[in-house]
Amino acid sequence: MSTLLEVSGVSVSFDGFRAINNLSFRIADAEMRAVIGPNGAGKTTFMDIVTGKTKPDEGRVLWGEKSVSLLKMSEAKIAQAGVGRKFQKPTVFEDQSVQENLLMALKKPRGWLPVLSYRPSEEDLAKVATLADDIGLGDALLRKSGELSHGQKQWLEIGILLAQEPRLLLVDEPAAGMTPEEREKTTDILVEAAKTRAVVVVEHDMEFVRRLNCKVTVLHEGSVLAEGSLDHVTSNQDVIDVYLGR
Amino acid sequence: MTRLIAATLALLLTCVSAFAQDATGPIQQVLQEHRDTILKSSRTTIGPAIDAVADSGLPQAQAVLEAWSDKNMWLREADGLFFRAEKAEGGYALTDFDSGEVVGVVDKDALDQIKPNSGIRALIGTALVQFQLKDPDPRRRQDALTSISRDPDQALLKPLRNSIEMETDATLKAQKLRLERLLTIGYDADPDARVQAMADMSGDLGVDVRATLNPLVATRRTVAQGGVPEGTNVAAILKPGSDALSKVAAYDMLVAADLAPPRVTDAAIRAALEANITDGRVGGVAVQQLNTDAARRTAYITLAEAGTVPPFISEDEVQATLDEFTFYDAYFDPSAQVTDAANDALNAIKLKVGMNQAADLTLDALSLASIYFLAAIGLAITFGVMGVINMAHGEFIMMGAYTGYVVQQVIPNHTVSILVAIPLAFAVTFAAGVAMERLVIRWLYNRPLETLLATFGISIALQQLAKNIFGTQARPLTSPAWLDGALTLNDVVSISYIRIAIFFLALFFLAVFLFIMKRTRLGLETRAVTQNPRMAASMGINPGRVNMLTFGLGSGIAGVAGVAIGLFAKVTSELGSDYIVQSFMTVVVGGVGNIWGTLAGATMIGFLQKGIEWGNPSNTLAAQTYMIVFIIIFIQFRPRGIIALKGRAAGD
Amino acid sequence: MNRSFVARNPSVLIFLALLALFTLGVTILSEGFGVGMVSTSFVKTLGKTLCLCLVAVAMDLIWGYAGILSLGHFAFFGLGGYMIGMWLMYERTRLIVVDALAQGQLPPTPQEVVDGIGNQIFGVVGSSDFPVIWSFADSLTLQLAMVVLVPGLLALVFGWLAFRSRVTGVYLSILTQAMTLALALYLFQNDSGLRGNNGLSGLQNLPGVNASQDVVSMWFFWASALALGLGYLLAAWVVSGKFGSVIRGIRDNEARVRFLGYSVEAYKLAMFTLTACIAAIAGALYYPQAGIINPAEIAPIASIYLAVWVAIGGRGRLYGAVIGAAVVSLLSTWFTGGQAPDVPLGFYTIKWVDWWLVLLGLSFVGVTLFAPQGIGGLFDLISDRLRPNRHGADLGPDQGSLREKEAQQ
Repeated sequence: MSTLLEVSGVSVSFDGFRAINNLSFRIADAEMRAVIGPNGAGKTTFMDIVTGKTKPDEGRVLWGEKSVSLLKMSEAKIAQAGVGRKFQKPTVFEDQSVQENLLMALKKPRGWLPVLSYRPSEEDLAKVATLADDIGLGDALLRKSGELSHGQKQWLEIGILLAQEPRLLLVDEPAAGMTPEEREKTTDILVEAAKTRAVVVVEHDMEFVRRLNCKVTVLHEGSVLAEGSLDHVTSNQDVIDVYLGR
Repeated sequence: MTRLIAATLALLLTCVSAFAQDATGPIQQVLQEHRDTILKSSRTTIGPAIDAVADSGLPQAQAVLEAWSDKNMWLREADGLFFRAEKAEGGYALTDFDSGEVVGVVDKDALDQIKPNSGIRALIGTALVQFQLKDPDPRRRQDALTSISRDPDQALLKPLRNSIEMETDATLKAQKLRLERLLTIGYDADPDARVQAMADMSGDLGVDVRATLNPLVATRRTVAQGGVPEGTNVAAILKPGSDALSKVAAYDMLVAADLAPPRVTDAAIRAALEANITDGRVGGVAVQQLNTDAARRTAYITLAEAGTVPPFISEDEVQATLDEFTFYDAYFDPSAQVTDAANDALNAIKLKVGMNQAADLTLDALSLASIYFLAAIGLAITFGVMGVINMAHGEFIMMGAYTGYVVQQVIPNHTVSILVAIPLAFAVTFAAGVAMERLVIRWLYNRPLETLLATFGISIALQQLAKNIFGTQARPLTSPAWLDGALTLNDVVSISYIRIAIFFLALFFLAVFLFIMKRTRLGLETRAVTQNPRMAASMGINPGRVNMLTFGLGSGIAGVAGVAIGLFAKVTSELGSDYIVQSFMTVVVGGVGNIWGTLAGATMIGFLQKGIEWGNPSNTLAAQTYMIVFIIIFIQFRPRGIIALKGRAAGD
Repeated sequence: MNRSFVARNPSVLIFLALLALFTLGVTILSEGFGVGMVSTSFVKTLGKTLCLCLVAVAMDLIWGYAGILSLGHFAFFGLGGYMIGMWLMYERTRLIVVDALAQGQLPPTPQEVVDGIGNQIFGVVGSSDFPVIWSFADSLTLQLAMVVLVPGLLALVFGWLAFRSRVTGVYLSILTQAMTLALALYLFQNDSGLRGNNGLSGLQNLPGVNASQDVVSMWFFWASALALGLGYLLAAWVVSGKFGSVIRGIRDNEARVRFLGYSVEAYKLAMFTLTACIAAIAGALYYPQAGIINPAEIAPIASIYLAVWVAIGGRGRLYGAVIGAAVVSLLSTWFTGGQAPDVPLGFYTIKWVDWWLVLLGLSFVGVTLFAPQGIGGLFDLISDRLRPNRHGADLGPDQGSLREKEAQQ
């Protein structure tokens, strides 16, 4: 499997506080990866760096077969290159319908001129409908997304991500605030997605991570503490000391 | 008639003058010697008479000259003697100049008043200066010096020099020495002495020095056929067509000096053509075709060839004429040594003046910065702590200024009224701020744009309300007498006391703010609420109360700023809006949530505005435009201001 | 989703029909073409109001839809007015000067004509030379192009600078305010080339047209109505499709849109420039009806009033902006024109000329506090479309203003 994303030697500090410290990380195509770590370990900042929101002080972030540097690209360009991101809090466009949310995310030209003249084709509508079915919102297509429940919004956001057809999905705590049934469904959606693309899940919930059944990276104080299967890292003494043991 | 009689008398009296001289005192003798000139009373011939009196060395000379100048010197027709006469019972009381005693009262008919005209009085005044300069009364000596410096003259140089030695008062002596140097520069006959004097005064910042030096380097623009005449002190040779002298101007000089025929202007061509229309044609061209300059010129040349109009002068001819002449600027002063020295001295002074102007500008900018700081600090507090843009902030400033005005109506003593007005303005605007926070802003938290608009609604209502109450005309807010005037370091650097007071007021509020934020419970709670309102609330801090007090504090400081601004600007209902945009700029440039940022922003904007005004002194409007453009560009590089919060705390 | 544009937006059709009816009604009642029940000066007022409605639509696009509270759109409005005013003034002066010179014995040269015009126009600021910016004033076509190009370019440059540096929210509002202040101050100078605080005047006269003001005012009225209709249609079309989704998305959550791969800055810039152009066209129609334009027209306060109109009318719905602009500006004319009856309170008589602004300011605060949907919100009540009190109800277009999020603060 070829490397899709390679982060190497990245550091970033805010007002003297080192949020990320010489972090290196790589993920291949069609791989599922869980990132865990205590609060303040730099999980969200790591995502910020990959998606271009935060520029690191040093280090490299390379993308794809051609090893393009993501550091020089804007957030929008990175997203167009195929990095999708889901926020910790569900962020969907609450004022707009599920259908509009998904249509906006569909992989289409992103420039303002083509968008201005864009009118959805039958094919696009069908695609949106299928997607909505996948995330369990098939009968809520025309409802305003603000009316959805918390869990539904999380799925809608995942749906939005999938509609983008990204090659890498960054998912921040997808299961937060979900009922057990909803969690199960979320797991299914993510596992399904990881068959065709790389998925990085940041999660606190060990149970959830276990169910994802994938390689785990443990972050601590801005750098990688351990990496491997969940069983492997949970038996690691360092991990127990800084994270599990507390 | 009187004059005829006087002349006859004079003739008669000459016969007995020998007797008269024997019988009178020395000063009378001097007067008698020059009686004819004195009686003739002509500016051109009076000189020797005045000099004779002035140089007589007699103690009475001053009194005589003063009496003469004041038209108090009369001639007794009976014997041709001069007396000081004063109106008295039954005529005029005559006082003998020599003895100073009243010799009798005489009817007006027997006297002849000596009426010097203004020209003579000026000469007498000049002669009097030497006495005044030596007058025992220092005030009169001071007056004499002032009058000399106001109206310097070559003739004053000598008496001034003579008076230096006897001067006992150190201050006056210094003044005299300085004035002597200036007069030397201006009027001494010896060029070396002048150059020396310039060297002495070089680097002096006084306006008087520059006023003395500038006429020396004044030039006149002249033209001469061929080369420059011998003995001319040339400042610069000018080439026609250069920046200093355009060809048109050069040719006009020739025309003015009758050295060349006038250029035929377009207007002249037009007039000539209009005067020569015959049968719809001029110079062989149909009138309808004369709608281009070329056609008109052709027609004119035809006319000129026929001799009807003066010949047309082409550009080539103009050039040829110009080539024959030399154009140059010549100094009025013929001595190159003097003018060079004057130029050197002026340059040396210019450099020093420049440095002092920079210092003055710095002071001005500092004062402007402190005004902006005062105006913006309240805004920065509310914006920084609560994330609320208060568009009515300017109206709080206005409210403070009007509070000051009202207090002055009640308390006439300006010092007391200002001391009352400042805390009262704080109280009034504090209350207004708290009311506004309670009634409006509290309901709009987390909706910054709507807060902005709602406070704007309050702003227009308050502004109109002030207009309805106080009218549209400006109301004065008078500063106490001890704040009048300015601290003057030299002729270039000065700053008014009001501005110094405002500077210290700004410093005071900076200190107060820092004290509140770092040392008090309110400050602690405020910082807590700023950083994490929910956490602060769960720790028992009442965010509502903190917000209310913060808003009140910000508004209260705006009120005090209003009193300060009202002291040097007129109080109108638009006072606030004049400062609001600058206040916003200060906050934006400085960065939110940090008092030092506001300080930095105010300093930057103050210096920037003064700097631009200095570079473009004719136009304050343009200065403001440039400043805003600069700020927009500045935001490009520091979108969050000079002192910005960094990292995740800054939020999105 | 596949229904036609009009079917999806019935309000557009209703609006256009009402506008057409209104235009027809005014025409029938006018002095120029009808029974003369509506005076020419009131026709001008109505025509100007239509232009204000158009600029309000632009404001609603940029603020209500894209969430950018611009406090500088009257700068573009005024610039549009200046651009058309330059031609009107130049051409009218030219006709006068040519007439005057024709009295002379010689036919005038082109230079004499230009000098004469220059003297007429710039004598008041002590100059007679044409500044560079008047280079195209002799051509109606070029100057009409400048109506859109100059404000558009200014918006493009300013927007590019502002959005590029990610200035948002109140910062951006203040920056736009600074922009309009800078422009106004610049134009106030005598050497700005646009006659300083004298501004351009005599714009109500169409050069070369001998028709009376009764007729000319109707022409402008129709043109304003047409412009408003077209502008409304354009605005409705822009916000209806995916573009509308994206800009509303930017309004509600800029970061999310960015991570979807849309270049937020480009969209904002496009909207900013588009609305600036609409505002400029509105201004180019407004000032010939007003007759005079001077820099005071683009003082920051004017743009804030624009925001007030849109807020009172109801943001995020185009007809709300139109209603707001029409109602508030007409009411304002009524109150400040001295037509409103005074209210005697016994001890004090309320003169509306003095108290109207107080009333406006306070009612504006009231609308912001109690009726964020503005007057337009009434239509929800009337058409019984009042949405159930549910999650995500829109409290207004500010970022993070959704009720849900606010609850979490």
